[in-house]
Amino acid sequence: MLSIKNLKANIEDKEILKGLNLEINPGEVHAIMGPNGSGKSTLASVLAGREEYNVTEGEVIFKGENILEMAPEDRARKGIFLAFQYPIEIPGVSNANFMKTAVNEVRKSKGLAPLDSKEFLKLMREKMQLVQVDKTMTQRSVNEGFSGGEKKRNEIFQMAMLEPELGVLDETDSGLDIDALRIVADGVNALRDGKRSFIVITHYQRLLDYIVPDFVHVLYKGRIVKSGTKELALELEEKGYDWIKEEVEI
Amino acid sequence: MSEDLKIIDEVTGSDYKWGFVSNIEADTAPKGLNEDIIRFISAKKNEPQWMLDFRLKAFSQWKKMEEPSWAHVSYPEIDFQDIIYYSAPKPKKTLNSLDELDPEVKATFDKLGISLEEQKRLSGVAVDAVIDSVSVKTTFRDELAKLGIIFCSFSEAVREHPDLVKKYMGSVVPYTDNYYAALNSAVFSDGSFCYIPKGVRCPMELSTYFRINSAGTGQFERTLIIADEGAYASYLEGCTAPQRDENQLHAAVVEIYAHKDAQVKYSTVQNWYPGDKNGKGGVYNFVTKRGLCAGERAKISWTQVETGSAITWKYPSVILKGDHSVGEFYSVAVTNNMQQADTGTKMIHIGKNTSSTIVSKGISGGKSNNSYRGLVRIGKNALNARNFSQCDSLLLGDKCGAHTFPYIECSNPTAKVEHEATTSKVGEDQIFYCNQRGISTEDAVGLIVNGYCREVFNQLPMEFAVEAQKLLAVSLEGSVG
Repeated sequence: MLSIKNLKANIEDKEILKGLNLEINPGEVHAIMGPNGSGKSTLASVLAGREEYNVTEGEVIFKGENILEMAPEDRARKGIFLAFQYPIEIPGVSNANFMKTAVNEVRKSKGLAPLDSKEFLKLMREKMQLVQVDKTMTQRSVNEGFSGGEKKRNEIFQMAMLEPELGVLDETDSGLDIDALRIVADGVNALRDGKRSFIVITHYQRLLDYIVPDFVHVLYKGRIVKSGTKELALELEEKGYDWIKEEVEI
Repeated sequence: MSEDLKIIDEVTGSDYKWGFVSNIEADTAPKGLNEDIIRFISAKKNEPQWMLDFRLKAFSQWKKMEEPSWAHVSYPEIDFQDIIYYSAPKPKKTLNSLDELDPEVKATFDKLGISLEEQKRLSGVAVDAVIDSVSVKTTFRDELAKLGIIFCSFSEAVREHPDLVKKYMGSVVPYTDNYYAALNSAVFSDGSFCYIPKGVRCPMELSTYFRINSAGTGQFERTLIIADEGAYASYLEGCTAPQRDENQLHAAVVEIYAHKDAQVKYSTVQNWYPGDKNGKGGVYNFVTKRGLCAGERAKISWTQVETGSAITWKYPSVILKGDHSVGEFYSVAVTNNMQQADTGTKMIHIGKNTSSTIVSKGISGGKSNNSYRGLVRIGKNALNARNFSQCDSLLLGDKCGAHTFPYIECSNPTAKVEHEATTSKVGEDQIFYCNQRGISTEDAVGLIVNGYCREVFNQLPMEFAVEAQKLLAVSLEGSVG
């Protein structure tokens, strides 16, 4: 469903991604690990269509279409969801209102009628239960005054609401204590249905104890330099990244 | 970066949708201002001698005054001799029902989305509609009359309730108050009058729609609201004008008199023509609005959503004379393109244990300038006075300006005055976050701005809140994508 070929991207003339390749099939969970500055978050931003990044080469085919020319909102409507590393606050806009606008935009792009308030509330209740958020969260302004853990849970809740085909989790575990981590991971696992795919970007193996990946990739200097199964993550946890760096430099 | 600014530019640079002109036959005075014109206006309205005397006194006062220049706005000098001071839709005969209303007048209101009939039937809002200088139709009068509520045009009040008009007119805003209040007192042509008797809670929203139609016309309406002891009223005011190349002057006076335990809530959605993208044309909106909490525990709330006018210059104020009286001011002021707004409030604390709240939200886009100017004055006998002010500014793009001029004068050491101010920008991050959830940039700006205004919109009556939200969306609408 997602095929990234020879992707090169820069920001402010500094090349970050230097020919990245990745193939993801429906239902698969791919973890992307790597040292600081290797390009993990850039990959997430480029997939979502952040303007500051310039793609200079390569293609990203999602459901048979090259999405690199698409506006961010069109990529979202097509089924790409990015869980932000630092979710943004929108004061005065309730989560419920925000989600209603978003859900109906996505529906509109698929030629579906907008949900009325009653249908929307029903959907919201269902999803709140699925990813375990309480209803005070939907009444509050988007991310305003949320704790770190609440913000990340809100991202997962939004993902549940929008039912994307590809979820990209950008360091969703950063800043979470172990309990918050477990709740967020449970939320993600509840959304694994055999068809939905995930890219899980993380520094630490810890998250992968809870969200068990099908594949693990190591991103270093803008390229995927090693791929394996979940055992690779354990090996990285134990040995660090130096041995990989050495392998690459040789 | 520059791409974002372009988008914001497009989003904020939209056109005025109420810019049509109606071909209503009008009865018009010649241009210019002198005693004869004032006599002409007074005669046209069959006014009693005392009313004419009031006008003439105001006129001689006005001639002695100088046009104020302290506001943070700039505009070419106004030629007061180049303005038509009276224009009325020509009446065919006295109206007995809405069916007899000039079809063009009716069509105008339909275009504005104010079908008087509909309003009357469905929403239970009593409407007084003022085109140019004359009140064309007031709905729901009979039903209100059963409760002793008087709701009519100002000229009718002069004829039919002279005692009330004589007693209260100028008691809150005297004609000596300021340049434009003096001008208004001399030449005002009509407006709305409302009296709520003792202990009566007005069961419906009272509403006035103002519209300037004729070319070269100034609109000078006057509104007087009196809430007797323990009375309650909620009052709505809406304004639009056609698109014209020249500037039109609107100098209104609104007076609210609240007796002991009375409550008045006054809401405005002001959408006068703001001029085109280059700043040509548009209404100069120089308005004096003031309420007096005369008795104990009286309460006056001003809520305004200001999206229109080339220049807005108004400070709805409350004089807190009665002990324990309360004043409130909630404002959203949007400026776009070349618009200028200098708006805010004055809270004058005189009585003991009085309190006031000010929430002001400025939004500037294009090359506009948006200023908040507010005065909180605590008199020396105002024991335990409380004020809370919050002034927020939101910038769309980087060519606009936002300014805050808070003045605090405190003569009593027991007073507690708090002031908070913030300035923020609609962030690219916020827009991208919305985009990533499938929301277009245009809708994202609308959502963010509406969220920013929520505190104020919450104060508006339900149907007005919806209207204000739509208006805001339209003001910021553009041609993205």
